[in-house]
Amino acid sequence: MNSVLDGENKAMMAGDTDSLVKARGLHFSHGDRAILDGVDIDIPRGSVTTIMGPSGTGKTTLLRLIGGQLRPSAGTLLVDGQNVPDLSRRELFFLRRRMGMMFQSGALFSDLTIFENVAYPLREHTDLPEELIRDLVIMKLHAVGLRGARHLMPSELSGGMARRVALARAIALDPMMVMYDEPFTGQDPITVGVIMDLIRRLNDNLGLTSIVVSHDVAEVSAISDRIYLLSNGKVIASGAPQDLRQSDSAWAQQFLNAEADGPVPFQYPAREYLDDLLDLPQ
Amino acid sequence: MLTWLQFFGKKGLSFFERLGRANVFLLRVLAGLPTLALHPRLLVQQLYFVGALSFWIIAVSGLTVGMVLSLQMYNTLVDFGAAESLGPVVALSLVRELGPVLAALLYSGRAGSALTAEIGLMKATEQLAGMEMMAVDPLKRVIGPRFLAGFISMPLLAAIFSAIGILGAAFVGVGLLGVDSGAFWSQMQAKVDFHEDIVNGIIKSVVFGAVATWIAVFEGYDASPTTEGVSRATTNTVVYTAFAVLGLDFVLTALMFGDK
Repeated sequence: MNSVLDGENKAMMAGDTDSLVKARGLHFSHGDRAILDGVDIDIPRGSVTTIMGPSGTGKTTLLRLIGGQLRPSAGTLLVDGQNVPDLSRRELFFLRRRMGMMFQSGALFSDLTIFENVAYPLREHTDLPEELIRDLVIMKLHAVGLRGARHLMPSELSGGMARRVALARAIALDPMMVMYDEPFTGQDPITVGVIMDLIRRLNDNLGLTSIVVSHDVAEVSAISDRIYLLSNGKVIASGAPQDLRQSDSAWAQQFLNAEADGPVPFQYPAREYLDDLLDLPQ
Repeated sequence: MLTWLQFFGKKGLSFFERLGRANVFLLRVLAGLPTLALHPRLLVQQLYFVGALSFWIIAVSGLTVGMVLSLQMYNTLVDFGAAESLGPVVALSLVRELGPVLAALLYSGRAGSALTAEIGLMKATEQLAGMEMMAVDPLKRVIGPRFLAGFISMPLLAAIFSAIGILGAAFVGVGLLGVDSGAFWSQMQAKVDFHEDIVNGIIKSVVFGAVATWIAVFEGYDASPTTEGVSRATTNTVVYTAFAVLGLDFVLTALMFGDK
């Protein structure tokens, strides 16, 4: 387990600098509010790349743009050489068969057993016989440690178990890429450790490219090859975890070290404290 | 003055924007219906949930409405010495109006609200988004079967409502109030026309079924993914369906029977 979590970047060491996902000048707005304001991102093949930032900074929005659930207002977003916003619905659906996504809530189908949930994409997109589907599902569930729980319903699972099943379903079709939306949020330390191990191990063993959205600094630093820090719709800093620690960006230091005050001030903007206490005229 | 203008203008634009989205949604659902031929089990499941499980509320309501209708009509008809006309009066009332309208309102309250809640909760728990990311179109897999099941079920439920209502009316009129059985049924047979009355009633129930199910599935699909959003969507389904059914009932009745 320790060797897996050392963050060994096989793709980078092999000299493969090809990017699976390339965003240039990406803009996205919600009403009048700019969520992404000119974002450039490169996600190398075979790597675990994390997008970090405060809540509401556009991390999940970026995942949805990569998955084609949202369209950017400007910019290009290439996934495996295809510009996602320009794809037709049919082309987008073909691309999505090569992607997996693990949602924060798991997004399991509540009326199907765990087995049926993992088998779902196999039944939808392949003509494999039931015996082979059964074998594949058992293999995927074994990879996440839940082979013995295959007859349970999602309502009978803990939050961590639900996410592991969601991960098994995300890799059911052996995708080229898996996206993780806040995989550690609200989980106990053991479950966090399990999910960390699974993300790194599956990425390396299956030759995946993984994109993790999280604000859990310690966890993602242990498993990521590259981290992007987003704030106010822009990339503030990026690099390997150990390089980011040396960053001279005050904002990056405040975020990574969890400092209460800094470029993101502790106090909400207000008049001088003494003036307010004494109720002096403004 | 300008504030009021702005307020109503904003409300109006919002209404038409939503109506436009609902229409686009309906077109996309209809376009995906042929793919259901590859997944008949999905339709059968929804026919059971939407149609079969609504049977008892429709049957009991039809029975009681028929019984009350018979009682009320008898009290009026007997004053004019026309008690033997009870049969066609209750049959025409049920087949033309009460069957389609009340069945649609009951369907909306029972099945429509359940559809909205189910789809809204699927949206709130990201099941629909998960399905999209697995390259499965939720409009074809989730919405389509439910829409078609409602469209098929409503006319059948309306027919059951009318049929059981007539039996209830017969029980009260003939069994309890002493109307002649032969007169009750023979006059009904003579006065109720298949094309003008029964077919028009079926047309109404088909239209109500389509509209009620459309509203139910759209409200669920468009709901805010929060508990409050799903709750509001469920209420909207029942309210909007009531408005739509009653409004369409007037329009259809005027078109079908207005020149008589």
